[in-house]
Amino acid sequence: MSEHHHSHDHDHTEPPSDLVLRVQALESLLIEKGLVDSAAIDVLIDTYETKVGPRNGANVVARAWGDSEFKQWLLRDATAAIASLGYTGRQGEHMKVVENTPTVHNLVVCTLCSCYPWPVLGLPPVWYKSAPYRARAVADPRGVLEEFGTELTDHVEIRVWDSTSEMRYLVLPERPEGTVGWSEADLTELVTRNAMIGVEKAKPPLNIGRSK
Amino acid sequence: MNGAHDLGGMHGLGPINPEPEAEEPVFHADWEKRVFGLTLAAAFPGKWNIDMSRYARERQHPIDYLRHTYYENWLAGLEKLLVEAELVNPEELKTGKAAGPADEPIQQRALKAEEVAETIAKGSPVAMTISTLPRFKSGDSVRAVNRHPTGHTREPRYVRGRVGVIHEYHGAHVFPDRNAEGSKEGRHLYSVRFSAKALWGESAPGRNAVYVDLWEDYLEAA
Repeated sequence: MSEHHHSHDHDHTEPPSDLVLRVQALESLLIEKGLVDSAAIDVLIDTYETKVGPRNGANVVARAWGDSEFKQWLLRDATAAIASLGYTGRQGEHMKVVENTPTVHNLVVCTLCSCYPWPVLGLPPVWYKSAPYRARAVADPRGVLEEFGTELTDHVEIRVWDSTSEMRYLVLPERPEGTVGWSEADLTELVTRNAMIGVEKAKPPLNIGRSK
Repeated sequence: MNGAHDLGGMHGLGPINPEPEAEEPVFHADWEKRVFGLTLAAAFPGKWNIDMSRYARERQHPIDYLRHTYYENWLAGLEKLLVEAELVNPEELKTGKAAGPADEPIQQRALKAEEVAETIAKGSPVAMTISTLPRFKSGDSVRAVNRHPTGHTREPRYVRGRVGVIHEYHGAHVFPDRNAEGSKEGRHLYSVRFSAKALWGESAPGRNAVYVDLWEDYLEAA
């Protein structure tokens, strides 16, 4: 990314160095005009790189697994229940939680752009924003799940949630077998980001190498 | 608009190829970080809203939209918004040199580092109170209107003309089609369940369904 000014050697994409220069030029222009403050941009980046991410969502799920009253609240009024754990705000103003069961599996997509519940999952992974995922999740969810290594038996109903509005969806995965008596902190280790989008299930306990 | 962004059901795009979750960084290059931060920060002078941002990205040529990476689309959208809002003129964008500072009241609205945490935690709720009663209730059969506006809309092509059932009423939310034109108006919003067969034909697995959030203007009784 550090080499600039080399010649164009292909027609269909801009060389990355041009892109880097274009972004630098835009940032310095907007700073010069007083439209943005680069320190604020640094804080925005740091917030989503280091502070807000899927550990938040894992805490919500682990609480719901261990506390049936919280789980009922979460399914009834997800925005309020999630806010009670301190996760609020941008791109999570209106939350819905959908529950996986032995007969229902939920999967979240945004076919029109990249809507995603930032306060609980952070910024979306590249694949979630990619054209193939957005195209196929609604039409061929079983094929998509297979690509993530997730096999469901034929009797399971797959419900796909297309995030076309400002409602944001979080999947409550099934609590894995063999976790009776586990602490909430230990349970969070089983909750992956992908399980909360719905492309995978929560990890089975044997996969985290604990000695319980 | 019927743009390249409206991807539901499209074929031929290849495998998803997800990066392993444990190995994927939040950003893949420094320029992506700056585009992300610039896009969020540049909205604070208040010259556009989220639907105008989406519409700016959607209006790229479909070939550009599909070949660009995600943050390249954000960058293209941001440049378009800045010029259309007259915060930056095309010459400034080309040269990277400011012809002059932004107006003082606009500069005062620029996001400051110490305001970021509170701003993020607060968010921008879109629920509204409106005077009309919702036309539909859970269990009602509805058809997604077959409409093809050239402006911004959040009614995906794959549901248009299809019959579904109201799953849940979400309350009144800001209506994106008008919000993208700069007019903040509330409309009743519903979660609508469409069976996979209704959307994709008889060969689709009967049990599966797609739930789509649709505003009342997108729906008619069926």
